[in-house]
Amino acid sequence: MEPMFRIDGDELVLAMPVEGVAADCLARPLSDLGLAPGTARQVLRVEAPPTWRWTTTDAAFLAAVVGELDGATRVLDVRGVPKELRSLLDLARARPATVEPVGPRFDIRARVGALALAAVADARLFIELLGQVVLLLPRYAAGRARIRRADISEMLADCGHRALPIVAIVNLLMGGILAFVGAVELEDFGAGIYVANLVGIASVRELTPILIAIVLAGRTGASFAATIATMQGNEEIDALTTLGVPAEEFLVLPRVVTLSLLMPLFFLYGSAFSLAGGLLVATPILGISPIAYLKQTQDAIGGPNFAIGALKALVFGAVVALIGCHQGLRASRSAAGVGAATTSAVVDSIIAVIALDAVFAVCAHALHI
Amino acid sequence: MDTGAAISIDDVDIGYGGAPVQSGICVEIERGEIFAIVGDSGSGKSTLLKTMIGLIQPCRGAIRFAGKPLAEHMERGAPPFGVLFQNGALWTSMTVEENVTLPMELQRYSTSAARPALARFKLALVGLAGHEHQSPASLSGGMRKRAALARALALDPGVLFLDEPSAGLDPLTSRRLDRLVTDLRDGLGITVVLVTHEIESLYSIADRMLFLDGEAHRPVVLGAPAELAKSAESAKVRDFLRARAAVGALHPEAS
Repeated sequence: MEPMFRIDGDELVLAMPVEGVAADCLARPLSDLGLAPGTARQVLRVEAPPTWRWTTTDAAFLAAVVGELDGATRVLDVRGVPKELRSLLDLARARPATVEPVGPRFDIRARVGALALAAVADARLFIELLGQVVLLLPRYAAGRARIRRADISEMLADCGHRALPIVAIVNLLMGGILAFVGAVELEDFGAGIYVANLVGIASVRELTPILIAIVLAGRTGASFAATIATMQGNEEIDALTTLGVPAEEFLVLPRVVTLSLLMPLFFLYGSAFSLAGGLLVATPILGISPIAYLKQTQDAIGGPNFAIGALKALVFGAVVALIGCHQGLRASRSAAGVGAATTSAVVDSIIAVIALDAVFAVCAHALHI
Repeated sequence: MDTGAAISIDDVDIGYGGAPVQSGICVEIERGEIFAIVGDSGSGKSTLLKTMIGLIQPCRGAIRFAGKPLAEHMERGAPPFGVLFQNGALWTSMTVEENVTLPMELQRYSTSAARPALARFKLALVGLAGHEHQSPASLSGGMRKRAALARALALDPGVLFLDEPSAGLDPLTSRRLDRLVTDLRDGLGITVVLVTHEIESLYSIADRMLFLDGEAHRPVVLGAPAELAKSAESAKVRDFLRARAAVGALHPEAS
């Protein structure tokens, strides 16, 4: 099953086995099969039995031999092969192999540096987008922004009532869990009634804005990223740009405004459900009346906590929308780019929301709110 | 029933449910033939190709490869054909060589040690020697098509389907691809079925063509392009095939 090389005068003779070349010969160095460095000749004569029916494996083997000998002799004359096989060998020889590109060596410092530079460039693009949107806001407020009202309605529906059930469920459960944990711990100290304070302040000031922002990052922010990334791939954004309408105005601005304005409404809606969740769980466990629980909640929360919660919701909404649009705009023009943009939009939004919440906490503490 | 033809299309209706896009298609494609499917936009060229490769079931009739239905070939393992999709459809997460070796691995073709060498040979045949370790994204449009052609040849199929091979390519690259297809047919002895709307490709490589009429919803002619340009009964077909002559008359320096 192994081909044999031999020298016959000025010719190198390759005797092909009757059954053809075994596939494993393709993986072996040709020197193992008798093609020694000094055996190269200008003529390669292939000897094959009359019953030989060449296969692609034979052709691949001969192409490898010819490639090796082409490097050693200037012009290699191949004889004794059928016409079709010769045309295949000519086809494989016709285009000389190009030098294989050698990839850069892995260097952890270079990799970290490249990632850091990419992060800085990305942050710069995000800040540019933020600036463009802020500069466009007066035009939007004056009703002169180039947007489609139908898009706004669609966005309101998408971000609005279709998100209501998930916001209600998440906040109801969160209020209930807070109340349960609080009731179990505080009851031991005879301070069960303060569960209302715990649930009220934690929900309104911190958890409801964050939870809603995370839910909308996964739902609406990802949808913004996917939509805009798909438009990028279909050259729809290029079409807009050639019409003199920047994507920041036509696509980003309405999304940011819509989500920013909807988020405080979601905040009120979500807060009502989280407080209801707390009420439903705490009153039977602690044996207190709903009226007493609600009165304690009302005394605990107060206007500033509501104001901070609403302001957070507004800012989180803008950030989630901006990040979704930003990831969509910088997506690569492929289906994979759409998926990557969606993932990045969700991850970046969640990180940004939690980081911003920390900033809010520090500012509120400094201002004694 | 083996009639000796590489592909037999026996009274086939094609479509996506509802009214067929094309009805009563009867064709025998000979071994070693380059057969073109042409027609006006929306006439069902790509639908016919998808039906032939089993992505869509025919509404009626049967398609056989070497006398056997596709399902019978698939039961035995590999499909009897390779396909070059319109956009190449290379797997972007893999290198060019991996794109060619993967079909061999999935079908357990040859030995694991020989597969890389076979893949390199296929890539050399299409002029991509030395590009084995590049990602598809780093290749030009013409190179991606050739890499996809090498992948289509991975399992040494008897039939090669090409869906608009010239789409998105400049005329020079398109002509080179045509020449490559002819060379591969001559060298490997394979049957080639291509869907095209490129008149130049049609004249330069196709032995025969089937014209699908989108308005009549049935194939109107079958024959050699050059002969049909002169003698086809349908004025639509003559106009279609004479488009090249019209371009030549308008821009003599181009012809």
